[in-house]
Amino acid sequence: MMLNLSPNIADPDDFYAELINSQRDLDEEQALRMNARLILLLANHIGDRKVLTEAIGCARRGGS
Amino acid sequence: MTSYIYPKFGYRRSQEQAEGVVKRHPIVVVGAGPIGLTAALDCAARGQPVVVLDDNDTVSIGSRAVCYAKRPLEIWDRLGCAAPMVERGVSWNVGKVFFQDELSYQFDLLPEADHQWPAMINLQQYHLEEMLVAKCRANPLIELRWKHRLVSLKQAADHATLAVETPDGIFTMEAQWVIACDGANSDVRKMVGAEFTGQFFQDRFLIADVAMKADFPTERWFWFDPPFHPGQSVLLHRQSDNIWRIDFQLGWDADPEEEKRPERVIPRIRAMLGEDTEFALEWVSIYQFACRRIDNFRQGRVLFAGDAAHQVSPFGARGANTGVQDIDNLAWKLAMVLRGEASEALLDSYHEERAYAADDNILNSTRATDFITPKTKPSRYFRDAVLELARHHGFARPLVNSGRLSTPTPYVTSALNTPDDGAMPGGIRPGTNAADAPIAMDGKPAWFLHCLGDGFTVVAFGEVSDKTEIAAGPFAAKLILVGRDIADPTGLLAQRYGASPGTTYLFRPDQYVAARWSGFDEAEITEALLRAAGHDIADRTELAA
Repeated sequence: MMLNLSPNIADPDDFYAELINSQRDLDEEQALRMNARLILLLANHIGDRKVLTEAIGCARRGGS
Repeated sequence: MTSYIYPKFGYRRSQEQAEGVVKRHPIVVVGAGPIGLTAALDCAARGQPVVVLDDNDTVSIGSRAVCYAKRPLEIWDRLGCAAPMVERGVSWNVGKVFFQDELSYQFDLLPEADHQWPAMINLQQYHLEEMLVAKCRANPLIELRWKHRLVSLKQAADHATLAVETPDGIFTMEAQWVIACDGANSDVRKMVGAEFTGQFFQDRFLIADVAMKADFPTERWFWFDPPFHPGQSVLLHRQSDNIWRIDFQLGWDADPEEEKRPERVIPRIRAMLGEDTEFALEWVSIYQFACRRIDNFRQGRVLFAGDAAHQVSPFGARGANTGVQDIDNLAWKLAMVLRGEASEALLDSYHEERAYAADDNILNSTRATDFITPKTKPSRYFRDAVLELARHHGFARPLVNSGRLSTPTPYVTSALNTPDDGAMPGGIRPGTNAADAPIAMDGKPAWFLHCLGDGFTVVAFGEVSDKTEIAAGPFAAKLILVGRDIADPTGLLAQRYGASPGTTYLFRPDQYVAARWSGFDEAEITEALLRAAGHDIADRTELAA
């Protein structure tokens, strides 16, 4: 499997709003800690080591 | 509560120093710590006389190495000294990891049923050394020389010349081979000018031996960021004689001299144990650690082992445990070279195999260190996230790394292995240490590993031959048939080795699998034996020369 870089979320605006709203009342440190938990939860759900490596590389390159 | 009384072994002037004659010894070991003493026992077990030099005359001060894993116990059992260690030590299986004030995760080393030795024991290093010293003293091939400090070492083509200082002055001795087991600050390493490079960690740890009657269970407890020592980690281990070992992470800014003072240490322990627990401080030390290794384990006539060859962070108990396995790998090779059964090229495989293992240990202990002491704020957030999630969800628990406990590194790429030719499903692959199993010998229960280790051993399942030995050039392997020499009443031996009738394994003297086949073929066995004794490497070296 390859890292899916095509649109894959059914309701993008709603997802994005949910993500932002979930951190609205957190200070910066709390939000960064939450992000760390979220990354780990999603990474485990994906599981595929190749896909995770691709995602880490893509994020590290600034999204390119 | 007992306080340990350190033995004094006593200096004796050697005959060669008294007579002023320069004597050439086959093997001189430098350093009488756990690794040097094991080196002496293993070389002697393989028929070689050994002289051990140590600049001190007692055992290790403080508990130091503490944890000994199953594989070193198997090696010490081959040398006849594991049983008293296990009896004296504390066996444990359960490890608990706490984050702040809650249990985050626990593991069970689950000793495999039907193995002779436990997964891990805790034993103060001074007890262990005292046992090894007693064993060495009882061996006529071993001479322990205390208060003998190596002051210089020069190498010639076929020997090394050592200048040694004793209370009677300096004298010269020669050695065909030197095994340097003189620790992380090895003088021998400096004398031969070897590189010792790697990563230093910007952190300091306080370690303390504490005598107390406590009702903590016999488990390894590790705290991240506990209320009694905020922001840092703490490790608690039980040892024998009601002595407990506590390691406090202090951070890089701590002043080592200040932190060692009992006025500083005692409140830290009191905060941890509570006001009501009575305890006495036995020993305190401060250390910082590094992960590094020597560029080559063989430097001419000098072979490096233990911390002199590689240093790892303490998480995972990979220091002494790895050092003992260095010796397990080295002693039989050195004995074969000294007997003229193998060329010196076999000793280069010592570097190849043990540097590979050292790199594996360094990788594991560096990863544990990065988890335990995050270097940046974002990495700390990830670390804390793992610990928070691990409380509630199984998926995060394998990510918790408070040290991956020492297990043997298989020599998968070793030139001494004969790769599998056909499909050998399951079992033990070449380059891997032998698995133990209960067997029967002369109708009595025994352990399989006891059949291995004197020299090369071929084990075949079924009555495939009427021989008891298979020759290979200047040496031979013992042939053991399951069904003739030993029995497998539980079937566990066949199961662990994926064996059916005809399956044949070749074991090295260090109990590692060198080759295996689905059928018994003497010509193939002989070829694999020669390869495992380094004859292939020697041929290649000659071709290249």
